[in-house]
Amino acid sequence: MASKVIHAIYNDDDILMQAVKEVRAEKYHIEEVYTPFPVHGLDKVMGLEPTRIAITSFMYGLVGLAVAITMMNFIMIEDWPQDIGGKPSFSYIENMPAFVPIMFELTVFFAAHLMVITFYMRSKLWPFKKAENPDVRTTDDHFLMAVDTGHHDAEEVANFLRGTGAIEISLIDKDEDH
Amino acid sequence: MYTLPSKLRLFAIVFMVIGAIGIVSGFLSAPSSTAEVKEMMAAHGDGHGAEASHGETNNSHGEAHNESEAASQAVPGEGQSEDAHGSEEEHLEHTLHQMQNRPWSALYIACFFFFMIALGCLAFYAIQFAAQAGWSPVLFRVMEAITAYLVPGGIIMFVLLAMSGVLHMNHIFVWNDAEVVAHDKLLQGKAGWLNGTAMLIRAAIFLGGWLLYRHFAVKFSRNSDNETDNRWFKKSFKISAGFLVFFIYTESMMSWDWLMSFDPHWFSTLYGWYVFAGMMVCAITTIAIITIYLKSKGYLEFVNDSHIHDLGKFMFGFSIFWTYLWFSQFMLIWYANIPEEVTYFVTRIEQFKLPFFGMVAMNFIFPVLLLMNSDYKRVNWFIVLTGIVILAGHYIDIFVMVMPGTVGNSWYIGIPELGALCFFFGLFIYVVFTALTKAPLLVKNNPFVKESKQYHY
Repeated sequence: MASKVIHAIYNDDDILMQAVKEVRAEKYHIEEVYTPFPVHGLDKVMGLEPTRIAITSFMYGLVGLAVAITMMNFIMIEDWPQDIGGKPSFSYIENMPAFVPIMFELTVFFAAHLMVITFYMRSKLWPFKKAENPDVRTTDDHFLMAVDTGHHDAEEVANFLRGTGAIEISLIDKDEDH
Repeated sequence: MYTLPSKLRLFAIVFMVIGAIGIVSGFLSAPSSTAEVKEMMAAHGDGHGAEASHGETNNSHGEAHNESEAASQAVPGEGQSEDAHGSEEEHLEHTLHQMQNRPWSALYIACFFFFMIALGCLAFYAIQFAAQAGWSPVLFRVMEAITAYLVPGGIIMFVLLAMSGVLHMNHIFVWNDAEVVAHDKLLQGKAGWLNGTAMLIRAAIFLGGWLLYRHFAVKFSRNSDNETDNRWFKKSFKISAGFLVFFIYTESMMSWDWLMSFDPHWFSTLYGWYVFAGMMVCAITTIAIITIYLKSKGYLEFVNDSHIHDLGKFMFGFSIFWTYLWFSQFMLIWYANIPEEVTYFVTRIEQFKLPFFGMVAMNFIFPVLLLMNSDYKRVNWFIVLTGIVILAGHYIDIFVMVMPGTVGNSWYIGIPELGALCFFFGLFIYVVFTALTKAPLLVKNNPFVKESKQYHY
């Protein structure tokens, strides 16, 4: 028999947090939690790995910085040497203060945009994508925890979840879900 | 309750004594006549005529001589030999004044540096109340203790200003020299603001206002410990908001009077902000270091990683803010290249290259790289290490604000500077840690203290 998923719906984030802790303490497997807003500390309680987006952001920033330096060096020094601020030195390093705003802006630009794009790709989000959340109320004021029953008895898990404060429990066959 | 360990008291006193010896020896070793200057220069192996062989790495007297020689050559009409002799005397006279200014400047810089830590801390403390911050009440007693230094620090600062501005015991403020002003149209125009008496009156108003707020803010905080309602908190909130308005005006004017006026021809409209940013970094760094120190001694058990993390974020943020202002000031003046403006940076880059750019590295690159990672802001020794570099960097920042205008080429970080630094460091430690013993280390009955204790990120 294919494993079943239980959808437990909560209506309060504090109760949800407590429930997540209890479920994990019972060693049940939480597939996913759907919330209408970011719940602080939920990732830690669920035991998710910390995000690595900051590292990508740093690298994108370095790319932006490199692009800015190369670009300004080509435009202002090599291709068409410019007299900057009445100091015609034609050297990048001596004119560097004038380029700092551009270097800064492109660092931020690259870091921000590429980080957003990375986030979308990593979360499998793109235009016209069909929403994944199983219950529309999770976009309003309800929280949904999807628990994989695995080899546990579905009824037993459902009862346990009811005890953690779930206001609604539904058993879903994994096959028909996908 | 915190009790001052006798070891720490001894530590502070030793620093004060060593510092005082350094300060006194700095004053005693300053030359009193041009003959002595000549002797000192000869002793440095920097005799006249040999300056061409000296590189930039050697001491800067040779360069100064070159400059004055060049200046004298630019004046035509005078007899060549007489001119050369006159310029040498003039140069010796000039160097003498610089060297006489040095111990005063050293004292002034160190005095201001520790004073600004306390002042920045007071502003930070007021912001916590005005913003009704929920994370910080567990640190209030540390902040109150640091602001205690405002009293002795402010008094010494005032005495120093009185000695320089009104009593004419030194020449660190060039605009205060009647002879200079008589030949200087720009200074004559500014004399209505820049004169000894006016500066002292302003200083009294600034210091009076700050000390008044400090007195009542701390008093209300202590009163609140014995109450059950929010009466005192509300009062603190009101005076804090009022103080912040007063502070940002007076702090700006203070920076013109006490720092920018060392180069009285030059001015920058964001100077007040620039000084403020440096002040805040130093204050927050000091709060963090003292908090970590107290924690390591087993106090402040209610302060957790998240509080240190927040202080780290502030150190990081204000370091970047400081750099932003430093750069904004630098770039516009560098780009426009207007002679009367750019001279400020030309002097610093030509004569103070290492400290001038070195402190930018210490105050910007170092904290950015070390505190960028979120996890590092929770590692105590990282915060302390970065903090020490930041504090040293901002000392040098004040150094390059003051020294070019007072001692010019004759600068050096030697016994007078380090002595003054040690003395005020000792005094600061003594005053702050004595103040810590005056009240329980956790505020009671602050409406946010529970939130602060449970604060987690």
